[in-house]
Amino acid sequence: MKRFLVALMVLAVMSSAVGLFAAPKATNDGKVLTIYVWNDEFQTRFKDYFEKAGLVPAGVTVNFVVTPNQNNAYQDKLDEALLAQDKATGADKIDIFLVEADYALKYVNTPSTLDVIKDVGLGSKDVSQMYKYTKDIMTDSKGVLKGVSWQACPGGLIYRRSIAKAILGTDDPAKVQAALSSWDKFDAIAAKAKAKGYFMVSGYDDDYRVFSDNAKSAWVDKAGKIVIDPSIMKWIDQTKTYTDKGYNNKASLWSAESWQGAGKDGKVFSYFGPGWFIDFCLAPNSKADQKGPNEVGNGSYGDWAFCKGPQGFSWGGTWLCAAAGTDNVDLVKAVMKKLTCDTETLTTIAKEKGDFTNNAAAMAAVAKSDYKNSFLGGQNHVAFFLDSAKSINRGNMSIYDQGMTEEIQKAAKDYFDGKVTKDKALENFYTAILEKYPNLKK
Amino acid sequence: MSKAQTMIKRKSVSYSRWGYFFIAPFFLIYTIFSLFPLVSTFYNSFFENYRIGLTQVGPTFLGFDNYVKIFTESKIQDYALNTVLLWIMNFIPQITVSLLLAVWFSSSSMRLKGQQFFKTVIYMPNLIMAASFSMLFFALFSDGGPVNSILTSVNVITEPIRFLSRTDWTRTLISTMNFLMWFGNTTILLMAGIMGIDVSLFEAARIDGANARQTFVRITMPLLLPIFVFVLLTSMIGGLQLFDVPQILTNGNGSPDRTSMTLIMFLNKHLASRNFGLAGAVSVLIFFVTGGLSFIVYRVMMSRYSLKSNNQ
Repeated sequence: MKRFLVALMVLAVMSSAVGLFAAPKATNDGKVLTIYVWNDEFQTRFKDYFEKAGLVPAGVTVNFVVTPNQNNAYQDKLDEALLAQDKATGADKIDIFLVEADYALKYVNTPSTLDVIKDVGLGSKDVSQMYKYTKDIMTDSKGVLKGVSWQACPGGLIYRRSIAKAILGTDDPAKVQAALSSWDKFDAIAAKAKAKGYFMVSGYDDDYRVFSDNAKSAWVDKAGKIVIDPSIMKWIDQTKTYTDKGYNNKASLWSAESWQGAGKDGKVFSYFGPGWFIDFCLAPNSKADQKGPNEVGNGSYGDWAFCKGPQGFSWGGTWLCAAAGTDNVDLVKAVMKKLTCDTETLTTIAKEKGDFTNNAAAMAAVAKSDYKNSFLGGQNHVAFFLDSAKSINRGNMSIYDQGMTEEIQKAAKDYFDGKVTKDKALENFYTAILEKYPNLKK
Repeated sequence: MSKAQTMIKRKSVSYSRWGYFFIAPFFLIYTIFSLFPLVSTFYNSFFENYRIGLTQVGPTFLGFDNYVKIFTESKIQDYALNTVLLWIMNFIPQITVSLLLAVWFSSSSMRLKGQQFFKTVIYMPNLIMAASFSMLFFALFSDGGPVNSILTSVNVITEPIRFLSRTDWTRTLISTMNFLMWFGNTTILLMAGIMGIDVSLFEAARIDGANARQTFVRITMPLLLPIFVFVLLTSMIGGLQLFDVPQILTNGNGSPDRTSMTLIMFLNKHLASRNFGLAGAVSVLIFFVTGGLSFIVYRVMMSRYSLKSNNQ
């Protein structure tokens, strides 16, 4: 018995020693495709259009590392992993990571992202149909393209047809647009909506992106000073007025209350958002039965329509970056090519998911086609986006945008709620920002 | 004779050596995992050391600049007040209820039935993770949550109460949660203390005609004091480090208007930006405040106790 135990121990020690020394040698390079994401938007597209097409080579497993975006959690996790990329092996080595417009710039000018053309191997023809602004954002100071996207994000106003009929007497997108084409008109309709027992917008942050995207200055100037653009102040003033007059439902963006407003018995007239907001956020939340079919009668599905709204804007966008040090360059190239360059795939994504995809030719074709978006009551909304997609200019972006957006919304909420004065709210905003970014100045 | 003496000596020496062997693991682990990080926190607090994006800033030696910055630029005194207030709001009801329950449970004259059941039940909330408990309250008390729907449907209110947008409600919810989570634990500690008191003292008091109040004030409380001080101190230290419940409930903001931001939440704000210098300075300050308060409370409370026992 004793001898058996000793033998067992020797065996255990040996095997663990072998494990210790052998592990680094037997790297499974290229066997795992590791992708860093913050939600399942890209994941579903990857599954539906890459994996199902049989493009994942045999023996390769795909490893999605999901970290929620909020409070910079995703960025922090990604930064840690990127800084440890040299030492990482196998599944820990990042191959692809996704970035959002709010912090894309942070990664563009770093050696952590590969040149999409030279290093990854996409041809300039592959990216020729992409909207210019999606390439501008991801181009570093030396003119090198560092990431590609499958979507372009011009935004508009998504409104509830039944409520539009009640307030305006019509749900026709062209007529609704005419009634809401400026902020003054928007305010007037908001009063009408309130009189009929509806909320013009869901809450505080719904039209924030319209104002922030139309800001003339970046959040931080060259000297590292925080700048609050007059356009942001306009948002604060407008939202305060709306709150005091009862034009909104006092919900915060992404909260359960906000989505309740879009449900079957919801009283919210409109939401602001781009293509991904329609299919990825609003459509699932409009359904009463989540597992039920995407058709009229399931909650408020199909009772929506789209128009440009009082002011054009763009919001967000997700880019794929190839991580420096990837052990899977060929596969990364295949993913990028299939999901962001292939006209056919992008047309399918647009038709099946309602996304406005990053391919001018495909979008022009879909706009002319008989494509009908079932969530938008059969409307072909792509046509609305065509011009605005070309005119998007995101020259005012900074690496701090996510922190700025989250903190100004939190700080302003206390002002909207009547807890603090406007000055105090701004002071709280500065405090929170200086905690997050100690290098900036008030 | 001398031989026997050396024998004894040798024996005793070897015993004490074993004693050191036995306590060595604790000190070893304490040094590595507690003492060393503690000292390095002090060290870190003198440096500028943070990360912006993928760029590391520092470490640059700053001296006491971080401390100056905390006192001049942040509102640390407000967060300290919030923390103390949240602790008091939870501790006073907690100690009252716990003392009452402890006395009832351990009273030989009352002989409560189903004690085991109640002891288990009151301890239960402590088994739930603070984060999930907080999440539960967040869902229950959100603007469109069940509490508001129930109150509206039974016509108590017409408009939903926006609990988490109001300072008083947010603080009350945090304190309630802490109360619910910890009163069971405190009850059990106090009960252990009461059960350690000689039963003959209670019997003597009863024979002398003391009523329940007199027994409690003259016998239970004075003899319970060491345990009471222990409960007070651990609760105070725990209270000063209050973090998870308000962090989850207010999404890390200490909203509204930072009125439920506690000291550790403030510390966490700096850790999120990997600002080890400022975070270190905040930690050192919390360390001194906690240490100082503990020392004062202990001295004040225990001086009375030791005086009394000396007199006896």
